[in-house]
Amino acid sequence: MSVQIIKNASRIFAVTAALVLTATVAAASGGGGPALKTQKWSFNGPMGTYDRAQVQRGYQVYSEVCAGCHSLKYVRFGNLLDIGFSEAQAKAVAAEYEAEDGPDDDGEMFMRPARLSDALPAPFANDKAARASNNGALPPDLSLIAKARVGGADYVYTLLTGYSDAPAGHEVAEGMEYNAWFPGTQIAMAPPLSDDGIEYVDGTAATADQQAKDVGAFLMWAAEPKLEDRHRTGLKTMIFLIILTILFWLVKRRVWRDAH
Amino acid sequence: MSNPGVTNQVMQWVETRLPIFSFINHSVGTEYPTPRNLNYWWSLGSIAGVALVLQIVTGIVLAMHYVPHADMAFESVEHIMRDVNYGWMMRYLHSNGASLFFVAVYIHMFRGLYFGSYKAPRELLWWFGILIFLAMMATAFMGYVLPWGQMSFWGATVITNMFTAIPIVGEAVTTWLWGGYSVAGPTLQRFFSLHYLLPFVIFALMFIHLWALHTSKSNNPLGIDVKSEKDTLPFHPYFTTKDLVGFGVFFIILAYWVFFNPNYMGHPDNYIPANPLVTPAHIVPEWYFLPFYAILRAVPDKLGGVALMLGAILILFVIPWLDTSRVRSATFRPIYSKFFWIFVVNGLILGWVGANPAEGSFILIGRIATAYYFAHFILVMPIVGWFEKPKPLPDSIAASVLGDDTAKEAK
Ligand code: HEC
Ligand code: HEM
Repeated sequence: MSVQIIKNASRIFAVTAALVLTATVAAASGGGGPALKTQKWSFNGPMGTYDRAQVQRGYQVYSEVCAGCHSLKYVRFGNLLDIGFSEAQAKAVAAEYEAEDGPDDDGEMFMRPARLSDALPAPFANDKAARASNNGALPPDLSLIAKARVGGADYVYTLLTGYSDAPAGHEVAEGMEYNAWFPGTQIAMAPPLSDDGIEYVDGTAATADQQAKDVGAFLMWAAEPKLEDRHRTGLKTMIFLIILTILFWLVKRRVWRDAH
Repeated sequence: MSNPGVTNQVMQWVETRLPIFSFINHSVGTEYPTPRNLNYWWSLGSIAGVALVLQIVTGIVLAMHYVPHADMAFESVEHIMRDVNYGWMMRYLHSNGASLFFVAVYIHMFRGLYFGSYKAPRELLWWFGILIFLAMMATAFMGYVLPWGQMSFWGATVITNMFTAIPIVGEAVTTWLWGGYSVAGPTLQRFFSLHYLLPFVIFALMFIHLWALHTSKSNNPLGIDVKSEKDTLPFHPYFTTKDLVGFGVFFIILAYWVFFNPNYMGHPDNYIPANPLVTPAHIVPEWYFLPFYAILRAVPDKLGGVALMLGAILILFVIPWLDTSRVRSATFRPIYSKFFWIFVVNGLILGWVGANPAEGSFILIGRIATAYYFAHFILVMPIVGWFEKPKPLPDSIAASVLGDDTAKEAK
């Protein structure tokens, strides 16, 4: 009987594996361009967590560089507590910005210092304004970018470090840059990062490569803020389910003992 | 009315007014005789039932926070993911649960195909299975539209556009479905309404499916009829405990996807808000539709493609009569069992073609695999059944399971 079970189980796994394989082919065929420069992220793997220091540096890169063009509308100042900011720090960060509120008793909208419950402010009032300042191209909101691209954080890192001169015979239009990893290879975003373009508060050497990695990790956190919770709950759930299933199996064996 | 299990006074009081306990006992209790040789492939039916309940429960929770409006749907899903307590878990359970529901039902159907469970006297049981499958496809398709991402929007556009292929009234029907002149807010709102409704239709269909099952009783791996009580075991405790093992394995697999790889089976583009002005490079449906998507695109003609895709499912209704074999189980069919596995591989090829753009050699492979899909039912089933010489069948289930001697002794 147990041989039978193993045989059956292995068949079930074979079928599932085949289905997964089909899905892999489907997913893999989605992305174009050369292979991504895959990194060893701390959040990879079933028990992965965010590296607080890295994600905080990534926030610094975002707020000092990317926020000039890209919004991050699903992240609130209060969420910074999740990546290790103290409440006082997060409040201080929020207070540097203004948020629109109102209407007041006179029916007027007014500006006030931002609070923890406010979303990070968008750099442009609307998409048209964003396009007008970016040669007609729209800088996408980055809240979900790490889940909205094949490769996630690896894609962000690779894109940001992927600028180069166009190969011979390759026309690059006015105001565009060559980037082999961007679909169509011409991107309207000028290379945003440069060595020592910013100065990290924690003293880490701010190479362009380091910044790209850090902002990649930060954007993964922005897209999937519950990842650590998910991994922790997952581990507990798995242990529980495996024990439960073994118990079920023992009960079943006991019940069936005399039936063969 | 007499039920040996009901000894408690209160239970007896209820039982004489509403015989719920004997109903349960006849359905899944000690009085439901089940072939003793059922293997774990027979657990997939009850696993599908559990998956359906899981979808309904998680779906109801999601619906408490979801907003079916074109301007707010995407945001409300993010609200669930970020702000609602365990919202991420509900959503990942629901999306990955849908995928595993299809895995369970596909295995369940292939089990039926292999062991000839569709053959007399189980034709209506099989038919209600196909109706469930159709309702599941409609439900899953409309559910995928709800987050209002790019794939939601463009998948909905491609699929609803199929209705324009209907001669004469096509355009009018499509406009009516959309509630306008393209997929837009009104479409989303009605899809939400129907997506909430259909699982309960599936639930009702499942009861009819089970009613038919309890009339003809389960088939079994040998495909021979139950001849005496020795061939069976009471459903409880034998198959209740066996099914529990299956549930455990199902939840372990589900937990893997939900907690450790939740977006793998989805498409990254669906994390981009719907935009009617930007068409994604490749529009692909969810993996469980891919084989049918490949059949749809195998024909250059729109109406032809739609007809063929529909036919691919409808043909399942007539296989009880296309299969000419005298025996049910492919275990005893040396030739057909080979064709069965070829059919499975062919289905995977169709899925692979469906995942890829319809260009280059994919077109040819897709056409050959589509032709083979239909040939399996229209040619292989009748012809092989007719000339194949089945292996000798065992005398009875008991004889096969317990060995001949014990079976004789027991007489
Ligand atoms: C000067 C404005 C500007 C700055 C600063 C900027 N970007 Fe962009 N970004 C853009 C524009 C414009 C696009 C759209 C490009 C296109 O569509 O060709 C874009 C696109 C992107 C994309 C999407 C690429 C894709 O696959 O569609 C990512 C990811 C991105 N930026 C990340 C960043 C990060 C991270 C930073 C900060 C390190 C940053 N950007 C800084 C203007 C900017
Ligand atoms: C919501 C989806 C479904 C649920 C919940 C469901 C449930 C069940 C259950 C509990 C059983 C009895 C246990 C078993 O034999 O595995 C069963 C049997 C069966 N189902 Fe389904 N089913 C579903 C979909 C389908 C589909 C799509 C088909 C095929 C088109 C199908 C065909 C059958 C057949 C033929 C049997 C009898 C099998 C046998 O006795 O050999 N079912 N179903």
